[in-house]
Amino acid sequence: MSDQLHPPVLELRNLHKQFGAVRIINGAALQLRQGEKLALIGPNGAGKSTLFNLISGAIVPGSGELLLRGREIGGMTPFQISRLGLARSFQITSIFPRLSVVDNLRTAVLAAHGYRYTFWRRLSGLGKVNYRIEELLQQCGLQAHGATLAGDLSYAVQRALEIGITIAGDASLILLDEPTAGMNRDEAAAATELIRRVSAGKTLLLIEHDMDVVFGLVDRIAVLVDGRIIACDTPAAIRANRAVQEAYLGAVEAQQP
Amino acid sequence: MALSSWRGKSLWLAFALLLAAPLLFAQSAALSILSQCGCMMILALSFNMLLGQSGMLSFGHAVYSGLAAFASAHLMNELAGSSAAALLLVPLAGGVAGMLAGVVFGYVATRRSGTALSMISLALVELVAAAVLMLPAWFGGESGVSTNRVLGMPLFGVDFSSQLQVYYLIAFWLFVSTAAMYGLTQTPLGRIANAVRDNPQRAAFIGHDPRQVRYLMFMLSAFFAGVGGALTAINFEIVSAENLSLLRSAQILLFTFIGGIGYFFGPMIGAITGVLFSSLLSAYTRGWQLYLGLLFVLIVLFAPGGIAGAWIKLLAGWRQMTLRGWLRLAGGLLTAFGAVFLIEMLYRRAAIL
Repeated sequence: MSDQLHPPVLELRNLHKQFGAVRIINGAALQLRQGEKLALIGPNGAGKSTLFNLISGAIVPGSGELLLRGREIGGMTPFQISRLGLARSFQITSIFPRLSVVDNLRTAVLAAHGYRYTFWRRLSGLGKVNYRIEELLQQCGLQAHGATLAGDLSYAVQRALEIGITIAGDASLILLDEPTAGMNRDEAAAATELIRRVSAGKTLLLIEHDMDVVFGLVDRIAVLVDGRIIACDTPAAIRANRAVQEAYLGAVEAQQP
Repeated sequence: MALSSWRGKSLWLAFALLLAAPLLFAQSAALSILSQCGCMMILALSFNMLLGQSGMLSFGHAVYSGLAAFASAHLMNELAGSSAAALLLVPLAGGVAGMLAGVVFGYVATRRSGTALSMISLALVELVAAAVLMLPAWFGGESGVSTNRVLGMPLFGVDFSSQLQVYYLIAFWLFVSTAAMYGLTQTPLGRIANAVRDNPQRAAFIGHDPRQVRYLMFMLSAFFAGVGGALTAINFEIVSAENLSLLRSAQILLFTFIGGIGYFFGPMIGAITGVLFSSLLSAYTRGWQLYLGLLFVLIVLFAPGGIAGAWIKLLAGWRQMTLRGWLRLAGGLLTAFGAVFLIEMLYRRAAIL
């Protein structure tokens, strides 16, 4: 079968996770093909971030299968999963506040180039690493901030750095957790453009509340409600889906004046 | 670019100072203090590899320098009758001994981070203190292990019997260790350690194993602590349980913090300050520990960057300082002077009564 030769980049099969008596993820199933861009939407508390934490190794699945290119990754540590080519960003900015922007990016680039414990080579002599950092600075529009301590940056720039760190290792599967959270309309538009640029040719899984961002970026949308994917289809079909409207979009429209 | 040339200059200046110091302070008492400063600088710098660079607050740094000091004392006793050349390499052997201790204890301590790591390091101090009592044959019991640094055959007329020769041995190893520890901050591991200090979770999500990074830094730090410990053994020719004690560990922590953990050279300033307090000031007043404690509290409260941080701030900002700022500084100094006066009076009064 062709499925055996080209397994999906990411596949979730009947995934469960509960904390105490509370079932957060309740039989979630999802497939992501090579190069596909998929948004994960759902009301607050649906388990979107928990799903991300499961996929990236922050927490261990209760039951079910979690396959990265056909390989079970449930129970692996975050750094093991990262080394298999999965990178994620965080909803709450997670950077290295006392390092410069360049060093923030450098830390991620070093990992991807295999310099994890090297103490016998000088950083300045690592040409490829330094070239990649320059490239990232340009891609993310961070050239002006290279020497600034990450903790001193403005919020929007920190969010750009968050994405920069995530893509620095050139991972083929990128998970972005609400990349435009807390941004105004212009900043969100700029961030969308940035994500489009840096995710070209990669597989992307995106959690996002901003529907402009979602409809502008992705091929498919998966709707997570009560720990289960209730629908996964093209944006147009999701818009038209009655169950989704009831469970989610209706609620959003009701919130907006 | 300007920064790196400034760094280069300060490196050569430091080297020249190391060579010239005995000419400026020729008395043997001064040489002894300089030697102690050298040892303490290595210890403080190696401690800062943990605290400042990797975010590990160890309460037991003296365990590694102390065990290495014992190993070096035993080694020197074994080497007695050989050549003075062998002494040159004793600090290296001490480094290896310290690192071996770091390999064993670090494996336990660095499995956790933050408070748990600190608590484990504290427990290890107690463990080693208990071992000292249980193994008097190796640790020499109450009196410790004494040794003789004059191993035998002089090397080009140098047999390390004089304090001046020992000072230069310490200066040599201080220079080499400092260069190596600074070099480490410019390598991938050094920078990744900073990242693990700042945000271990994120470091893990980009593919680094925080535990492994901490463990490696711990072992390397223990190596340099071992070098410092061996030099202490050479300098004093006696090693006792005190070298391993919690008091000694606390001293290293205190000096490092006073100097400034955010700057590579901070711990060196702290080491000099600390040794001057404990060996010079103690000759003038019984209150020296009180003053050291007060200095520590003041730095924690008002200058978290330590002396190095305060100095850099002052250099950068003294031109912009307002009259109000100068007055506050003057007021602070006056208050300090008054406090010292009062404390000294109280000590004198206590001495008379």
